Amino acid sequence: MHATSTTFPQNAARAMADASLQKAMARTKPMFPARRAAAVAALPEFEALRETGKQIKNHTLANLDFYLETFAANVERAGGHVHWCSDADEARAAVLKICQDAGARTVTKGKSMISEELGINKHLEAHGIAPVETDLGEYILQLRDEPPSHIIAPAFHLNREDWEASFRKSHTDLPADRVFHERRDILTEARTRLREKFLAADVGITGANFLIAETGSSVIVTNEGNGDLTQTLPRVHIALASIEKMVPTLEDCTSLLRLLARSATGQDFSVYTTFSTGKRRPDDLDGPDAYHVILLDNGRSAMIGTEFQDMLRCIRCAACLNHCPVYGTVGGHSYGWVYSGPMGSVLTPGLIGVDQAGHLPNASTFCGKCESVCPVKIPLPKMMRHWREREFERHLSPATARAGLRLWRWFALRPQAYRLATRAAAWAMARLSRKKGRFADLPFAGGWTDGRDLPAPEGETFFTRYAREQRAGRA
Amino acid sequence: MLAAIRRGLRRGALPDDQAMALRARLAAHPRQPIPARSRVPRPAQIDLFQRNVEKEFATLQRVPDAAAVPEAVARYLAAQNLPPSLAMAPHPELQALPWADHPMLTLREGRGQASDLVSLQHGYAGIAETGTLMLPSAAQRPATLNLLSETEIVVLRTSRIVGPYEEAWDLLRAERAVPEGGMLPRNIMFVTGPSRSADIESVLELGAHGPRRLHIILIEDDPAALG
Repeated sequence: MHATSTTFPQNAARAMADASLQKAMARTKPMFPARRAAAVAALPEFEALRETGKQIKNHTLANLDFYLETFAANVERAGGHVHWCSDADEARAAVLKICQDAGARTVTKGKSMISEELGINKHLEAHGIAPVETDLGEYILQLRDEPPSHIIAPAFHLNREDWEASFRKSHTDLPADRVFHERRDILTEARTRLREKFLAADVGITGANFLIAETGSSVIVTNEGNGDLTQTLPRVHIALASIEKMVPTLEDCTSLLRLLARSATGQDFSVYTTFSTGKRRPDDLDGPDAYHVILLDNGRSAMIGTEFQDMLRCIRCAACLNHCPVYGTVGGHSYGWVYSGPMGSVLTPGLIGVDQAGHLPNASTFCGKCESVCPVKIPLPKMMRHWREREFERHLSPATARAGLRLWRWFALRPQAYRLATRAAAWAMARLSRKKGRFADLPFAGGWTDGRDLPAPEGETFFTRYAREQRAGRA
Repeated sequence: MLAAIRRGLRRGALPDDQAMALRARLAAHPRQPIPARSRVPRPAQIDLFQRNVEKEFATLQRVPDAAAVPEAVARYLAAQNLPPSLAMAPHPELQALPWADHPMLTLREGRGQASDLVSLQHGYAGIAETGTLMLPSAAQRPATLNLLSETEIVVLRTSRIVGPYEEAWDLLRAERAVPEGGMLPRNIMFVTGPSRSADIESVLELGAHGPRRLHIILIEDDPAALG
């Protein structure tokens, strides 16, 4: 996928001026946090399970080479094949070859972010193979030729009228006067249309939420059942998985599954959680004749042993997106690549480079909500700070920002001067902005204020207020 | 790829003793902490299963013995205005039911087909923790029966209801004689309620690509489970 993360400030400004997007976000934004909170409140052990999840993932990452080799051996034993792919090019070539060897004309697809990373749809189309997205949200995005804006709710940015318009435009063989009074009507039309595709497909491509070393299984979690139809009906099943999806055993996977649905949609468990192991057995009545796992690195192994290793614990629940004030304001497309929100702000610079994605770790208020809801306790704000340091060290940040930081450093090392200067600045800025309470632009700070407003100080510094409240006996 | 990972971990391939320890962990597959909610006496466990099944928009009917299943199926189909025609899993427990008492019911044994309105599946285990069915694929339990029909009916025995998922894994490991680190059935589905989607405006709608209705017929065969 082509990245537009370098223009994040412009992307964000456009998103904030997009009335349709803002309408969709305003309605759906509060839903996920409320559902998650209810599911978490109903499970007293949830906090303890977060620590368990973190430990399982840390143990796996510390022995990832061992578990990958064990996994591959168990896949082969069950009659499957593992394709080790260092980068997107190798993975695209492997998928295409499997499809061509199978004489495939159409390919159904379950939801997969790795598929977005690879840009596999365009690649297959370029070679005369028709990919069909079958997750409801992914299906409409394919009709609209848009990327997903959310890792578990790909059409997060669309309103019901957008669905109706796209279906009318694309399904021209259906009566023009058919009605879409309810969401159910949209769902029914998609079900009927995609049923034909499921039955006709030669190859089914899914992602994987987990890979299990002990058994050589890939696991998918869905609510619609589209992933299961995709991996059960065609002759060939390809599972796309990045290396950090590994867990040692069924029991380890089970503990993480207790965290996943609750953190993601606020369900206790998703409707379909399915473990696939190898190809159809001799006496089976259904299932694919061939089973392939694409094991993708694409920059992840280079994060191991660095301050970004903890990011590889991520189980893609999207809780951090759902609770992020920045994501909730600018939407997923602004981030300019596959992953968005706090997890995207940390993972994207790791995978495509901080020179490409340096804006993302800067687009944070550091409110810390993301870390507090993460089911595997990834220290997201800390890692965003590490990316800012890398950006500074590599002289990627703008000259004015660097000069500003140097100026701040001079004052920070001289407490008397710092207090004097901040007191004067707070007083002056509070007076200047008395009406609005914020600044749309400031001299020498255009790089900062072009993309956002600066809240005005209330007129008093922290030090002054602290001293005052202490005198009053309140601090 | 392995070399890059080992560089990051600042070591070569794992020394033998450490690899041995990891192999022992795989063989022992230790349980992680398990929530207490399903650790209750048998009758309460069955009730918890039923409550969770109903919370997830599936339905459940209890019958006193296996002989009562065909009658329950016929009544359910009539109540839902569905035709008396079923695609049935070729499982010995389902084949042994007294279907002859209900000549109006048409049974087709085999895998699921796109034209199926109703499928009848054999339930391997039920998990009380979340009202989840465990359905491992086998010649007697084709996975397509869980996917293609509009309505899926699953026949389950109360003696097969366990508390947490871990106990269901134990059943499968023991009964399928899965050797340590050995082969699982090709496909194991955990099903919690009928198919649904929240992709349109984040509002839940039932009946996406899988069955729109899920009905469980529970045979009360476990004396310990009778409250």
